[in-house]
Amino acid sequence: MRNLLNLIYKYHYFLLFIALQVLCFLLILNNRSAQSTAILNSTNAVSSNLYNAVANSKEYLSLKEENDKLAKENATLRNLLKSSYDILDQRSPEFLKNDSLFRKKYVFRAGKVINSTSNLNKNFLTLNVGSKQGVSKDFAIINSQGIVGVVKDVSANFCTALSVLHTEQKIICKVKKDGSYGPLSWDGIDYRYSYLTDIPTHVRLLNGDTIVTSALSDIFPENIMVGTVEKFERKQGDAFYTLKVKLSTDFKKLNHVYVVEKKNKDEQDTLEKLLTNPVKPK
Amino acid sequence: MIAEIGKNTIRFILLILLQTLIIKNIPFGSYFVPMPYIMFLLLLPFETMPLLVLLLSFAVGISVDVFYDTQGIHASSCVVLGFVRFYFLRLLAPREGYEANLKPTVQYMGNAWFVYYSLPMILIHHLFFFYLEEFGFDDFFFTLLKTLGSALASFVFIYIIQFLFYRKDGILA
Repeated sequence: MRNLLNLIYKYHYFLLFIALQVLCFLLILNNRSAQSTAILNSTNAVSSNLYNAVANSKEYLSLKEENDKLAKENATLRNLLKSSYDILDQRSPEFLKNDSLFRKKYVFRAGKVINSTSNLNKNFLTLNVGSKQGVSKDFAIINSQGIVGVVKDVSANFCTALSVLHTEQKIICKVKKDGSYGPLSWDGIDYRYSYLTDIPTHVRLLNGDTIVTSALSDIFPENIMVGTVEKFERKQGDAFYTLKVKLSTDFKKLNHVYVVEKKNKDEQDTLEKLLTNPVKPK
Repeated sequence: MIAEIGKNTIRFILLILLQTLIIKNIPFGSYFVPMPYIMFLLLLPFETMPLLVLLLSFAVGISVDVFYDTQGIHASSCVVLGFVRFYFLRLLAPREGYEANLKPTVQYMGNAWFVYYSLPMILIHHLFFFYLEEFGFDDFFFTLLKTLGSALASFVFIYIIQFLFYRKDGILA
């Protein structure tokens, strides 16, 4: 016993170092997968309120730009309004009386990015909306330019999110003109470009083609802008194209965003889970 | 002694705010991710107990982690920095030990000493940090370049901050 105590005393510096490293690595491994919930994150009281204060004071610097963006978006939305369409002549063959009921599929909530990074391998965002505002895990985040990220952890008034610029984040996207889809993933290098893989080689691609989100993504609504094709290539021995996509979202200037809830997501998830964990036959 | 604790507490808070509210939001590009907050550990007084340095490294690292949402990565690389600091100080010590009124800053120890002291430690910290963040060696050369670029950027920041704000017997030094 005495020898043991002596040993600990002799190497106490090294032992404390090892103990702290083990603690750090436990924390890192706890946060390794994109699905796990972090113990320490920026939704806590001190850092989120600090970020919020800074974001509030910085907001004034970009008011003009933000206004332009919102005005543009309003114009687009007004174009979609029923009142901006004329009813076709009722006798024409194209006329179809629309009497079916609609069901709400997506709920949009406004939020503000109060903290974001774009130069790390795994970039995160902090938003000023949380469970009190109805936000929970796996909600999509978009803005008027395109896709932004996916909610990860939620506290009462704030939430953290995985940015699209996170190397472990994969979002199913499609080529708008013909619908062939593949996963979009970021390589961790340039915040302006991301890569779409698994596009079959029979698709006739052109530089500048639009990439949008696919209905197969169970988080993002369909047809949200992602970006345009910068270049595409077929790697040797590969049966698919890899597309370099210029992202339409400016990740250096995130401010107002929408948090999108997909209704009936739970129902779809539980149903799909049955495929991976089949019920034992009786 | 009390004054030293007060000064270091102020430094701790100011450097974390500088790192997380200002430096973090400046776009330097993919190859430069400066982390001048580690100068808190570099500039701790010579006579600080090594055990305390380790604990402070963990504290400063975990505080930055909270702001960066990188649970544990900053803490781990700071603890490495705190650990090697002890050996670097011993390696660079004059034969009769450090004099009581000296501090490990450019003003007290001179340019050459400070470069020998801080640059290797910044490199070790950044190497550990970026490869831990990558968690593998997939983009080995990109990460290496990023490490070198960021280490240089951090060193420049640390050097400039000292000239701007640290004076002998000033409030921060």
